[in-house]
Amino acid sequence: MSGEDDGLDAGREAFKEEAAELLTELETSLLELEEHPTDEDLIGRVFRAMHTVKGSGAMFGFDDIAEFTHEVETAFDMVRMGKLAVTKELTNLTLRARDQIRTMIEASEGKATVDHSVSKSIIGSLQLLTKGGSAKAAVQEVEEVSAKKPSKTASADGSHSITYRIRFKPASDLFITGTNPILLLNELRQMGSCMVIAQTDAITRLEEFNPETCATYWDIILTTTHSANAIKDVFIFVDDMCELHVEVVDEEGEYDEDEGYMKLGEILAARGDVKVDELKKLLGKQKKVGEILVDAGIVDSGHIESALAEQQHIKEVREQRQKTADGAASIRVPSERLDKLVDLVGELVTVQARLSQTAAINGEVLLTSIAEEVERLTWELRDGTMSIRMLPIGTTFSKFKRLVRDLSNDLGKEIQMTTDGAETELDKTVIEKLNDPLVHIIRNSIDHGVERPDVREAAGKPRMGTVHLSAGHSGANVLIKIEDDGAGLDKERILKKAIDNGLVAPDAELSEKEIFGMIFAPGFSTAAKVTNVSGRGVGMDVVKKNIDALRGIVEVKSKKGAGTTITLRLPLTLAIIDGLLVKIADEVFVIPLAVVEECVELSKKDIERTHGRHVSNVRGVLIPYIRLREHFLIDAEEPEMEQIVITEVEDKKVGFVVDYVIGEHQTVIKTLGRVFKDIEGVSGATILGDGTVALIMDIPSLVRSVARHEPTVADTVGV
Amino acid sequence: MAKVIMTVDDSASVRQMVAFTLKGAGYTVVEAVDGKDALAKLAQTQINMMITDLNMPNLDGIGLIKGVRAMPAYKFIPIVMLTTESQDSKKQEGKSAGATGWIVKPFKPDQLLAVVKKVLG
Repeated sequence: MSGEDDGLDAGREAFKEEAAELLTELETSLLELEEHPTDEDLIGRVFRAMHTVKGSGAMFGFDDIAEFTHEVETAFDMVRMGKLAVTKELTNLTLRARDQIRTMIEASEGKATVDHSVSKSIIGSLQLLTKGGSAKAAVQEVEEVSAKKPSKTASADGSHSITYRIRFKPASDLFITGTNPILLLNELRQMGSCMVIAQTDAITRLEEFNPETCATYWDIILTTTHSANAIKDVFIFVDDMCELHVEVVDEEGEYDEDEGYMKLGEILAARGDVKVDELKKLLGKQKKVGEILVDAGIVDSGHIESALAEQQHIKEVREQRQKTADGAASIRVPSERLDKLVDLVGELVTVQARLSQTAAINGEVLLTSIAEEVERLTWELRDGTMSIRMLPIGTTFSKFKRLVRDLSNDLGKEIQMTTDGAETELDKTVIEKLNDPLVHIIRNSIDHGVERPDVREAAGKPRMGTVHLSAGHSGANVLIKIEDDGAGLDKERILKKAIDNGLVAPDAELSEKEIFGMIFAPGFSTAAKVTNVSGRGVGMDVVKKNIDALRGIVEVKSKKGAGTTITLRLPLTLAIIDGLLVKIADEVFVIPLAVVEECVELSKKDIERTHGRHVSNVRGVLIPYIRLREHFLIDAEEPEMEQIVITEVEDKKVGFVVDYVIGEHQTVIKTLGRVFKDIEGVSGATILGDGTVALIMDIPSLVRSVARHEPTVADTVGV
Repeated sequence: MAKVIMTVDDSASVRQMVAFTLKGAGYTVVEAVDGKDALAKLAQTQINMMITDLNMPNLDGIGLIKGVRAMPAYKFIPIVMLTTESQDSKKQEGKSAGATGWIVKPFKPDQLLAVVKKVLG
């Protein structure tokens, strides 16, 4: 910073020295000029001296000198152009002016005071000499220039964005002025959301091509808050060597007719291409962008239609995006029909698996190729159908904004909600079922989490609390996070309450995670008193139940005083999952691939080495395992070499011993029906290629059920 | 490699201001006092851009621009001329001679940098 000041100061000093030299030269030249009034060289020298004093003076902050010198310069410009003769009167005035400039420079050093009336009288006399009119015009010009500048910047900070269609068609000799059109386009890109389409139809064949000429021209679609004038300013240097059209094609926000008229009027009328009534006609069609483009295309004397098509395309894409964000589907279809379609696709996937298997056994070439074809189509159909069910989660998010606002008002708190990842897509069913849990979590954050404004201030936090809702993909899962910057969970209080409620034994040693998990226990509430928002102890257990039903996982992280983060980890879709097919004797099971970490072998020797305890040493880490053969009471001889599928659930690694791992399988989930709905450890079933049914294992509930029924295993599993 | 800009002006204070501003923005600056000096220096130094005054003794800005454009190496480099608002005809003359753009005097350091960025990137 100080370097800059030093530089400017040094410049100022240099200017003063230079000005002194120039003024001396001016004096000599003027005196000589008096003797040779027509000597052009002398006139040029006088003009240059004035010119330099003016130019540098203004740059170094001597605005008064610049302004004053400008008048004298104007007079000598006229002399130079032969419009004004050098008279004794003129040289007298100029000499007086020169002395005045010297006084002004000295005044800046504090050596003298400037008599402004002298300046005025000199200027007045000079203007009289130059016949008033032209001198006044010069003053006006200056005023215009200085008046123009702020208006440009003022219109540039307009708050609403306008979409412009710009055609920049440089003359073929653009390059000889050293202009790089790419830089101009880059400048446009910096003004807003911009799309540049190069038009290359004017480029000649290679043998006729002259690389020193510019044959390309550009269509640009720019959405910006800048004015049309600001856009034109970008092209100011190439003004006279290009065709430039700037047109408004779309305007955001409430439409003010007068203002809009002026804007379009400025642009189109300035080009002289449109009459007022034509403009009004166009304005009447403001909303139909396509029509405007077509009309405007006619105005443009029919430019290439491809460009119009492209523009319309961009427009449509944007509109589409807007619509998706608003949650408005293009076609409304009853969701049952969609569900039916998904069911059918599921059946198809199953049948296709059978077909592939049959073809493989059969070995018939023709059948195999048909089976492969069907397989490809089925996958595409499946993906397409699944994507129909996907909705952006943003619609749900926006509902909560209102909730946060109303609740925080009721409770006398200042809370804002921010969201992130609203475009994350999730299965429609999942989104619907997410609503209740999210409401409970957000209510909790507002009621228990974020403190009152005065409390927050006392704790050195901003008065305004924040609840941040974010969604994002993580592999085959979607992560939804609800973060608040409130007081955080009080570990001791939760533990005490849990002991009071008999949820845990008083002497239990619990990890932080386990304590936080308590808040999801039924009937648990640490709220000192029941409010109409929360505190009745229903809510968080509902969250847990609902998320479990979605095969999701809830995680709580909290730091006292800093806030709480609740993470919901949800599968992308409920209908089809990636599974790992495993075999025990003749039974086939599916383990959801999302929880599978790795598979290792388990030999009889390994079992002997651990003295029958159900743990396995995997690269130095002891991992407990569950023998599914025993759990499912499958009575058959186990093979010499078994496999352990190691899964990770709720941060714990648990192995499942199976006979054989078959491999990955696209699993279409079938519910088990009402009778079997409460079976622990199994979440559904799927039909395999050969028509057999395989049960899908619900790993978290399996672990819990084992822990409950087989306490000895539970010890080793550590649940 | 820092880009090299030549500033041509008979006024030492303008040269100093231009040079100071550009050096501050990371450019390398070569100074020349008039058109003749500039052409002489161009024979020895490779530059990326030129900022020249129009009113200069010996060889003025227009003559300089024409001379520079005649050199194959500088046929397409950006050349910015310093003008005053009273010199509209000069501006046109400069453009026809091959100037890329202009800066109206008086100007502030920011305006200078904006123009340099515009034509040089």
